[in-house]
Amino acid sequence: MRDVKLRIPGGGTTVIPGTPVDQVGIEERAAHFATRSIKKGSKFDALTLALQMVDLTTLEGADTPGKVRQMCGKARQPISPAQWAEITSGKEAEYPMIPSVAAVCVYPKQVPVAAEALKGTNIEIAAVSTAFPSGQLPRDLKLKDVKRTIELGATEIDMVIDRDAFLRGDYQTVFDEIVAVKDVCGHTHLKVILETGELQTYDKIRFASWLAMEAGGDFIKTSTGKAAVNATPGNTLVMLQAIADYHAETGKMIGMKPAGGIRTAKQAIQYLCMVRETLGASWLTPDLFRFGASVLLNDILRQMYKQITGRYADRRAFSLD
Amino acid sequence: MSVKVFKTVKLFIGGAFPRTESGRVVAVKLGANEANLCVASRKDLRQAVEAAEAAAGGWAKASAYNRGQILYRAAEMIEGRRPEFAQLFADTLGWDAARANREIDAGIDAFVYYAGFTDKLSQVRGAVNPVASRHHVFTTPEPVGVVGLILPDAFSFGAMCDDLASILAGGNSVVALLPLGDGGKGGCPAVLAPLAECLATSDLPGGVVNLLTGELAELAPWFGSHMEIRALSYRHEDRATLALIQKAGVENMKRVVAYGADTPPLKRITSFMEYKTAWHPVGA
Repeated sequence: MRDVKLRIPGGGTTVIPGTPVDQVGIEERAAHFATRSIKKGSKFDALTLALQMVDLTTLEGADTPGKVRQMCGKARQPISPAQWAEITSGKEAEYPMIPSVAAVCVYPKQVPVAAEALKGTNIEIAAVSTAFPSGQLPRDLKLKDVKRTIELGATEIDMVIDRDAFLRGDYQTVFDEIVAVKDVCGHTHLKVILETGELQTYDKIRFASWLAMEAGGDFIKTSTGKAAVNATPGNTLVMLQAIADYHAETGKMIGMKPAGGIRTAKQAIQYLCMVRETLGASWLTPDLFRFGASVLLNDILRQMYKQITGRYADRRAFSLD
Repeated sequence: MSVKVFKTVKLFIGGAFPRTESGRVVAVKLGANEANLCVASRKDLRQAVEAAEAAAGGWAKASAYNRGQILYRAAEMIEGRRPEFAQLFADTLGWDAARANREIDAGIDAFVYYAGFTDKLSQVRGAVNPVASRHHVFTTPEPVGVVGLILPDAFSFGAMCDDLASILAGGNSVVALLPLGDGGKGGCPAVLAPLAECLATSDLPGGVVNLLTGELAELAPWFGSHMEIRALSYRHEDRATLALIQKAGVENMKRVVAYGADTPPLKRITSFMEYKTAWHPVGA
């Protein structure tokens, strides 16, 4: 990639650097995080942190209000107090009731259902927008999509970039669209989904990350979860490094959300190590790091059970949604 | 000149042959050679249970007829490796040809016998129950899921195949511990490699059978407390460990079965099955 100069809507220009990524180096470093052993004392804390960072997600054509309500219940209370009391019996002081997750992530139509179910909590309602997951709609309809979704009660918008324009090299269109969406969002948190599985190279992932941050994204997110390749340690590391460099240059702290394919607590902890060692401890908060996941939550609960009781848990001991 | 290639004996987990994650081994005499036998850790056991749990659903849902065919094929595979087993038994345990053949015959017979039982279980143990309302009411035996199997120090190939096949026939998956016994001098580990290869090539889905070599004292508490091991067949001689496992198993309501040599085959199968009753409205 080479540096690309883009016009900023409303005046001025910006240069998106085409910094090359060392593919071998990135993959080697990413693989290295999978070989860490996390000591017992840190493990429970890491699990609790990972749980607080979950964007509990359901994005299916078959989603119903009932399913969304059920999921919101799980988001508020990942485990029932009765079950928690049973697990921590005799160690209540050491293990207070676990927190709720950061957000739920749903399709716009289900936003009012989630808003109703989460009333009185500080759980965010993220909604996918801009013709998720393909993004193949004219821009005016995408902006209407965002506007309406916010009106319905979404507090965070997960948008997809225009990969068609990006892969054709029309970066100005991609940039303008993110700027326009951010404009509609106002104070609503904007996460920009790069769909890294479709961007082909690490160079392009890094370029797209910078472009999205420069255009006003509050978070950058790996994937929709609908592509063949979703979040991988490699593409997440490239994006984290881009966030670090962007912070060094501009002072802005941009958030990161890997999504799709993170199914186990072990993987989640590896991602946390990666964040800690690339961006530092100040990024280890749900305000700046999220996991887009669904089954991950139950695996975190299972591993917590193991940490507390010393016994391996049965996956069927936890509610599915 | 040909270079002789010796076989490395490893664990059998999820259809693959990994070494123990712990890196621990014990040197044993295997045939005419020495071998480094894996000493499985609790993490290997955990991985084996993950694999068995993942495989349990598919194996339970496979038709009884198909399960029978696969168990029969396991018998065919053992038959095909008869010389290898016989050689191993002679070298390692000092058995003469007659004894080795008796044991191999017993192992093959066990797989063939239980292969034939798979599609007869629900006829023999199931029932159509008379009820007062207009319903058809059926009771059928169903597999419990992942079953642990702790084999004895005193090795018998026939008995070992009987233990495995009787659990598999009902549609359960197995995590078996072959105890190292006295520093690996027990007979079980000797048979690990060829038996695992027979099972791996008999169309059993990966993870339905998992074989670990390890220390009884180290792994027994984990067999007892692991919530996803739903039942346990305890065949080892050590009664104190049995009591320990039963105690650990009370908490998760695990069925711990330690049946004797005279336990009939049907009882061996149904020890690891539970009865489910379904009601269907007549005419619906």
